Amino acid sequence: MENLKNKTKVIVVGGGPAGISAAVTIARANIDVILIERGDFCGSKNMFGGAIYTQPTKEIFPDFETEAPLERKNVTNKYMLLTQSEATTISYNKKTDNSNSYTVIRGKFDRWMAEKAKKEGVIIVTSTVVTDLLMENNKVIGVQTELEKYYADIVILADGVNSLLAKQAGLRKNLKPQDVALGVKEVIKLDSEKINERFNVNNDEGLITEIVGYPMNGMLGLGYIYTNKESISIGLGITLSELVDNKIKPYELLDKLKEHPSIKPFIKDGEPVEYSAHLIPEGGYNKIPKLFADGVLVVGDAAMLVNNLHWEGTNLAMISGKLAGETAILAINKNDFSKNTLKIYQKKLKKSFIIKDLMSYKNLMSEMHKRRYSFTDYYIKKLNAFFDVFTNVDSIPKKYKFRKFIKNVIFERNIFELFKDIVSTIKIILRIFI
Amino acid sequence: MSIDDKLFTVKYVNNINSHLTNDTKECKNCKEKCCTFICPANVWQWNNETQTMTINYENCLECGACRIACPKHSIDWKYPQGNSGVTFKKG
Ligand SMILES: Cc1cc2nc3c(=O)[nH]c(=O)nc-3n(C[C@H](O)[C@H](O)[C@H](O)COP(=O)(O)OP(=O)(O)OC[C@H]3O[C@@H](n4cnc5c(N)ncnc54)[C@H](O)[C@@H]3O)c2cc1C
Ligand code: SF4
Ligand code: SF4
Repeated sequence: MENLKNKTKVIVVGGGPAGISAAVTIARANIDVILIERGDFCGSKNMFGGAIYTQPTKEIFPDFETEAPLERKNVTNKYMLLTQSEATTISYNKKTDNSNSYTVIRGKFDRWMAEKAKKEGVIIVTSTVVTDLLMENNKVIGVQTELEKYYADIVILADGVNSLLAKQAGLRKNLKPQDVALGVKEVIKLDSEKINERFNVNNDEGLITEIVGYPMNGMLGLGYIYTNKESISIGLGITLSELVDNKIKPYELLDKLKEHPSIKPFIKDGEPVEYSAHLIPEGGYNKIPKLFADGVLVVGDAAMLVNNLHWEGTNLAMISGKLAGETAILAINKNDFSKNTLKIYQKKLKKSFIIKDLMSYKNLMSEMHKRRYSFTDYYIKKLNAFFDVFTNVDSIPKKYKFRKFIKNVIFERNIFELFKDIVSTIKIILRIFI
Repeated sequence: MSIDDKLFTVKYVNNINSHLTNDTKECKNCKEKCCTFICPANVWQWNNETQTMTINYENCLECGACRIACPKHSIDWKYPQGNSGVTFKKG
């Protein structure tokens, strides 16, 4: 195969965090690598919440904090539990120089990562869709684009959540509506001073707000607000099966969220500048596909590597990309591209936080699915009702009011349901901590 | 804010060919027609009189939700050609 035209050592399909991390790792070992991205530039088809995490990003690009186009350094995490008219908010604030995460805009950040990778030797081909994998004797030997065939010793699939290619290679099955969440988002332009005032942050500082309850009551979904330099990202992600079963339009939910009395003041007088949508893998550990076969490795969202309770995805993408890159280097040095050598990638993943974390959360989604009404509707309403009672001044003795409230929580809820909720909560906690 | 106003903020490069195709026979027998409400860009519209689907593919955000949600797996779903489709500038 050495004398084939268009032959290189490694082809990476997809220029998101997973693909770029894999490609740059390989280029740093002086091995030829081509990255193919369907968008006009890396990041142009991508959307997320979102925040990238400092430590894993440093593992790939050690100087990103001074060089990359970052929006704001997150200093506050806020959780809002909403009913239709109320909100209970918990806020955690830590002002340090070392931030755990930064908000970024993918169209700028992914593009920057790709430029860096290019300088380190990755050949980047944009505006090109890989339509098929080239196979020979069950081995992946290259890719077919709209125009040409490219051959390689190893193909790394970093083509994101829809990964049509992993499916084609027989590595994964069809996804079901409960295996993905649909995210919709609006970016709303707002002066930086207004953002600082409304969110109580200094210049360049920002916050992550996660929203549970209304308008997704009883459904598995999560709303969010992230602060950028001069805009706010507001959106929500909801399990696709919930939209199907409840016959709901995703953008109508987003509008309801924007209209909530506790949310509306944040975005007041802002100008909506971009609407977007994207899927999030939700299946967790149980839905991880086959990660390797002869001549091929799967990384990032294409391998369903997302910790969806925390909405961590870019970090798993970057680190899985790096580990796949390291495996490709080993295979090239050994001149063996069979699954025998490529299985090292899976071993590396198992040793890393990626598989360990996903194992901890293994049954979380099914548990959450079963008890979702309790966690995303009932208790949120009760919590807000508690604060309503707690803060109300009406000349009724507090003792009576609290007693009545407690009675209500216990008797309104079937005792079996209450018990099941408690069991579920314990199961979830045990899973995560032990 | 209406969905049309939302979509107005999105940058697209149009392609003369649709990257989405349905199977009208399957759609006729599909009770839920979930593509007509789960799609974040309101691409799929069923016309009861003509019993056909209008696909506003030029509004597609390329998320892939319809492909997964369609109970009959009857959507032929491709990425639009390189150089066309949606561009997110602030994703
Ligand atoms: C609403 C939402 C909120 C999120 N919030 C966060 C957050 O706050 N923090 C976080 O860490 N993660 C978050 N995530 C998850 C995170 O965005 C993903 O896990 C991460 O982007 C995965 O990276 P990736 O490189 O695997 O895939 P992607 O970033 O999806 O990249 C895949 C790339 O492959 C290209 N491609 C696909 N098919 C082809 C093909 N056939 N030919 C050529 N190119 C192709 C695509 O254009 C794309 O550029 C969020 C996701 C969503 C949807
Ligand atoms: S869900 Fe599928 S089968 Fe049903 S109407 Fe839509 S495209 Fe047709
Ligand atoms: S890919 Fe997404 S935006 Fe495009 S038609 Fe399907 S559901 Fe709608």
